[in-house]
Amino acid sequence: MTLDELVSRLDLKVFTPGLPLDRPVRGGYASDLLSDVVGHARPDDLWLTMQVHPNIVAVAALKELAAVVLVNGRGPAPETLELAVREKVLLLGAGIGAFELAGRLYGLGLKGS
Amino acid sequence: MASEEAYRREFQVKGGDFANAGAAACAIKELLKEFGLSPRTVRRAAVAAYEAEMNVIMYARKARIGLAVTPREVRLVVDDRGPGIADVELAMTEGYSTATAEMRELGFGAGMGLPNIKKNSDRFEIVSEPGRGTRLDILIRTNGHVTS
Repeated sequence: MTLDELVSRLDLKVFTPGLPLDRPVRGGYASDLLSDVVGHARPDDLWLTMQVHPNIVAVAALKELAAVVLVNGRGPAPETLELAVREKVLLLGAGIGAFELAGRLYGLGLKGS
Repeated sequence: MASEEAYRREFQVKGGDFANAGAAACAIKELLKEFGLSPRTVRRAAVAAYEAEMNVIMYARKARIGLAVTPREVRLVVDDRGPGIADVELAMTEGYSTATAEMRELGFGAGMGLPNIKKNSDRFEIVSEPGRGTRLDILIRTNGHVTS
């Protein structure tokens, strides 16, 4: 499954303009604790979170995550978006909560670690 | 890198500098990638560097992160000036954190920073002097494959 397939099937918003969406997604991880994600997410995972501050970009870049999905209709802080574009970290948005989104992703065949 | 001579580089981290949080770890990661170290080694070193850097930003006044790379190992020495850690064993316990409420709201303070460093290194030593600072000595063995 690639990011653009997920974006269209789950009607996700793309916050970061100009970044390619043909990247494959391996699975996912949902957490709002940064070190939990650093410890448990895998490369090419989707990360589902409520956090919108710039530090999520460093975590996603370090862990080589496929994208960060901001849940519950949240949008990135302006400085988060700026940093994400610079670091080429994809930020997506979902109108639904983490539990609901994780369920739908699971239904599409994505698994956790 | 044909010889055993280490490549060395130093990074400065300022306490409270959340705006640049992760910058040193990202720079270290890019350097290690350029050296052609295996993706696993690069990821482990990047995680260790990130957690160490965040601890400085959250708790210390400032720190020097020394990076030394040879074909056999990546070594990170993080020397901070700060409050130190009163009980290192307790601080190593997963879930234990002294993060403030504000830090926790931002998703810090999971109590996994030091355990994440331990998990991602082959040797990890902490020496801390309360009231003065903390020194982390982190060693990650490579699989010996360095292409440049």
